[in-house]
Amino acid sequence: MSEAYFRVESGALGPEENFLSLDDILMSHEKLPVRTETALPRLGAFFLERSAGAETDNAVPQGSKLELPLWLAKGLFDNKRRILSVELPKIYQEGWRTVFSADANVVDLHKMGPHFYGFGSQLLHFDSPENADISQSLLQTFIGRFRRIMDSSQNAYNEDTSALVGRLDEMERGLFQTGQKGLNDFQCWEKGQASQITASNLVQNYKKRKFTDMED
Amino acid sequence: MFCEKAMELIRELHRAPEGQLPAFNEDGLRQVLEEMKALYEQNQSDVNEAKSGGRSDLIPTIKFRHCSLLRNRRCTVAYLYDRLLRIRALRWEYGSILPNALRFHMSAEEMEWFNNYKRSLATYMRSLGGDEGLDITQDVKPPKSLYIEVCISF
Repeated sequence: MSEAYFRVESGALGPEENFLSLDDILMSHEKLPVRTETALPRLGAFFLERSAGAETDNAVPQGSKLELPLWLAKGLFDNKRRILSVELPKIYQEGWRTVFSADANVVDLHKMGPHFYGFGSQLLHFDSPENADISQSLLQTFIGRFRRIMDSSQNAYNEDTSALVGRLDEMERGLFQTGQKGLNDFQCWEKGQASQITASNLVQNYKKRKFTDMED
Repeated sequence: MFCEKAMELIRELHRAPEGQLPAFNEDGLRQVLEEMKALYEQNQSDVNEAKSGGRSDLIPTIKFRHCSLLRNRRCTVAYLYDRLLRIRALRWEYGSILPNALRFHMSAEEMEWFNNYKRSLATYMRSLGGDEGLDITQDVKPPKSLYIEVCISF
């Protein structure tokens, strides 16, 4: 199935997300800290701790600090900051940027929000004065980590890769998988299996499931 | 927060390994469309109030709901589109006749789409290679050698 299924790729590393990409939709669901620059009437139900109560039309008051998903923050943001202003999440701020420049390999990027590069790239839309430093940090972090990802993906054959993959963000995991596929295809060719006719993965997977259906 | 159900649909597809097709989540889709309807009606009413009642402070709220509507639309379209990509792959990997288990996972409209796709593909294949046509879904990779070895069991 994997061979004939061509999913819509992520565009998050570029100027805009891809509308139909499942990866980009998941990435833009992650939250970031914002501050409301005006009151938001009738939305108090969503942010009960902040709500100003029924007298103010159940509003979220001006100056509230909230965590909103990226898609919502993008939609409500404008360069005059009339509705909200955006704060950088910690991992894109100066402190963590220094950690990355010291040694990018030790950081668990999966824990720091699994879409580190994608989310960080889209964060640049909010015109922070630190944008130049953020983009440099994203680039240098990737450069620092890339070598190890490439090496490990090309040398881990037929083994448990969870330790290698555990601290990678989603984009890096995709890269690792691509590397693994290349390695497996090459090994397959070396063993002469490339010219053998085999059932496609999809057909095998569906046949396995069929037996469990019958048992139910 | 809005759009939670829509995200469930997306996660469901994303979780399915190797491009497999999960069952069509008719119920989930219906809930997303209901949420969109409610958002739209609330916005209609607030827009009227903002225009005639002078409540321009409602505009950020209207924008908030509008963003949620756009998000729900995006999730719905991406869900349906990705499923079509998987269904299309079925024709190439499984063939023309799908097992029943798979057919039950598809909605009526998806089944219709599959049939139309099959028909377009068949028409195209017939137009190739002279009189008999050419089945391009076979032998997708070029052969590695001149001969193949086939095992026959009696």
